Amino acid sequence: MHPRRLAAALGLALSGLAQAADYASLPGGRFDSALPQGDAPDAVVTVGVAPFALRRTPVTVAEYARFVETHPEWRRGAVPALLADARYLVGWRGPLEPPPGAAARPVVDVSWFAARAFCESEGARLPTWLEWEYAAAADETRTDARADPAWRRRILGWYERPGSAALPDVGGPPDVHGVSDLHGVVWEWVEDFNALFISGDSRTQGDPDRARFCGAGAIGLLDRENYAVLMRVAFLSSLGAADTAGTLGFRCARAQPGVSP
Amino acid sequence: MRKFVVAAALALPLLAPAADKAGPGDFGPPRGAPVHAVLTSPPNVPPPITRDYPARVIVELEVQEKEMPISEGVSYTFWTFGGTTPGSFIRVRQGDTVEFHLKNSPDSKMPHNIDLHGVTGPGGGAASSFTAPGHESKFTFKALNEGIYVYHCATAPVGMHIANGMYGLILVEPPKGLPKVDHEYYVMQGDFYTAGKYREKGRQAFDMEKAIDERPTYVLFNGAEGSLTGDRALKANVNETVRLFVGNGGPNLVSSFHVIGAIFDEVRFEGGTNAQKNVQTTLIPAGGAAIATFRTRVPGSYVMVDHSIFRAFNKGALAILKVDGAEDKTIYSGKELDSVYLGDRAGPNLNAVATATASAERGTLSLEEQIKAGEALFSGTCSVCHQANGAGLPGVFPPLAKSDFLAADVKRAQGIVLHGLSGKVTVNGSDYNSVMPPMTQLNDDEVANILTYVLNSWGNPGGRVLADEVRKRRAEAAPVAAAAH
Repeated sequence: MHPRRLAAALGLALSGLAQAADYASLPGGRFDSALPQGDAPDAVVTVGVAPFALRRTPVTVAEYARFVETHPEWRRGAVPALLADARYLVGWRGPLEPPPGAAARPVVDVSWFAARAFCESEGARLPTWLEWEYAAAADETRTDARADPAWRRRILGWYERPGSAALPDVGGPPDVHGVSDLHGVVWEWVEDFNALFISGDSRTQGDPDRARFCGAGAIGLLDRENYAVLMRVAFLSSLGAADTAGTLGFRCARAQPGVSP
Repeated sequence: MRKFVVAAALALPLLAPAADKAGPGDFGPPRGAPVHAVLTSPPNVPPPITRDYPARVIVELEVQEKEMPISEGVSYTFWTFGGTTPGSFIRVRQGDTVEFHLKNSPDSKMPHNIDLHGVTGPGGGAASSFTAPGHESKFTFKALNEGIYVYHCATAPVGMHIANGMYGLILVEPPKGLPKVDHEYYVMQGDFYTAGKYREKGRQAFDMEKAIDERPTYVLFNGAEGSLTGDRALKANVNETVRLFVGNGGPNLVSSFHVIGAIFDEVRFEGGTNAQKNVQTTLIPAGGAAIATFRTRVPGSYVMVDHSIFRAFNKGALAILKVDGAEDKTIYSGKELDSVYLGDRAGPNLNAVATATASAERGTLSLEEQIKAGEALFSGTCSVCHQANGAGLPGVFPPLAKSDFLAADVKRAQGIVLHGLSGKVTVNGSDYNSVMPPMTQLNDDEVANILTYVLNSWGNPGGRVLADEVRKRRAEAAPVAAAAH
């Protein structure tokens, strides 16, 4: 069978499990990350991002509710504390009862372990930081809008609003790739969040000892002006894999058919 | 005594190294039951610590991100330690072991941490307290050094966290406490950077560019315009002692802290142990603090400012200490004199003078013009003492109205204006013994016009003085006025 057909068939089969999630294709390409990618922590090393597919929207409460129905081990109360902290799905009325009116909102208060398990259940995985950062660099018309102060201002506008307000439904205006809600709705888990070594004390980034502890993934921020990105990295690096937060959700990614992941 | 100490040291050689290791400020392990620290919101300060032993003190501080007014009709998203900017005031005793719990509200968007300048250890606790929303961190430190210290958030981007209001003060009291005072208050300055202009209404966003350029929109005490004015002014009565714990969170500006109308009897500048006495303005670095103490003597409103004064009147750095009680006129009289002072040439309408000058040049100067010009000049130069109605001030400045002294000798009057007068004179039956300086800034025309105006006003006999006469007078030696009278 042609690989594409195989994938299509597989997709169809999976949709029976967790209704067909809508993925957008991203071409990938050369990309300058805000985080150092080479051996030298203070040099920009352009890296390649392989083509991949990314969920058009964050995983919703309704989608996650279907997941816990079919995966009882991920229901609140059943999950060991090692895999999700005490806040796991804290807003839900019961293990199978999401808060009313929240069906189309992004699911939050889920741990990294839980997010991974969800993505696995639809034949996908969490995006890497690099994939996420590459996707999030886009706006409605450009694949890389990061040099535009308006791009940055839009992100910061969200950072400045306290997290106590109700989350919006997913499905904001799509960007040039057809992906929505990368900014302005929730923080999102990434597969390698644990490798985002930002010190808890952000002022020690210039410490020459740093490489000794953090190895090749050590970060200093290359473009200090790009503090909008820095703040997302700071957020992710404050987390443990079992942690949850009321503004933290996720979306899944997977390899493009025909491209090895 | 000294010998005894030496002897004791020799006798206990084994104890000495242990004491050295502990070092100053370390009074050993915590004793008694753990104590929960009382935290207060600005401008309040927790009560003095009466304990005489080191304890384990538990501090629980919650980070909250919340929208609050920064000025009338202007709101801003503050990031706070304890729900206020500046954050809760923490008070511990030197030698205490402080168990610090930093909680980050589940409603927070951002991770936060805390760097306390009163902590001895890398980062001041920052790396040990990095806390995601909905989580709590704990670390413990011993408060080795006494003094007043700033604490602040040190999460990236640090400047933004501080600019959003994440700072406060922690007082490490000396073992015997601070001298007793009647009032203790907590005041902390900070600079704010909003996208909109000063007092532009509505919700204002943080402006990173202005922050990097160090161009604040607001410079504020206690996080908002009006936080310490009107009903919320600090209060004291006369003859009370007031201790201000004044911090500066920055992120950028240094404060020239000054209380208008008060002199600090003592300032522990930079929060250190040395005290400076009789201080008018004390410099408080960003990330620094001071303890300023003074005694209230005179009732009224005392305005606290950053004496980089445009910040006070154009960016909001104003606070009020309202002192109530009885007046003490021996220290401050209140207003004793309220009269017009226009300066020599700053009269509201010197047209009359200009007209007189022009006429004099043409040789057509009339009595009327002289009187008009003289009136304008008199109000600018003479009325400050002799009063606009020529009545003078009894016992201080002699009257020019219905003046027998003037009527007796107009030529003498010219001499007094030109050369001044010192010593006792009797005018209308009253003695005056003071000094009138020579009015050397007036030219001959002006002196002539002023005297002509005076002679033709307030019941004086009339007459006319001409510039030529004045010129001759000026050339003569100063008259011995008092003796002649």
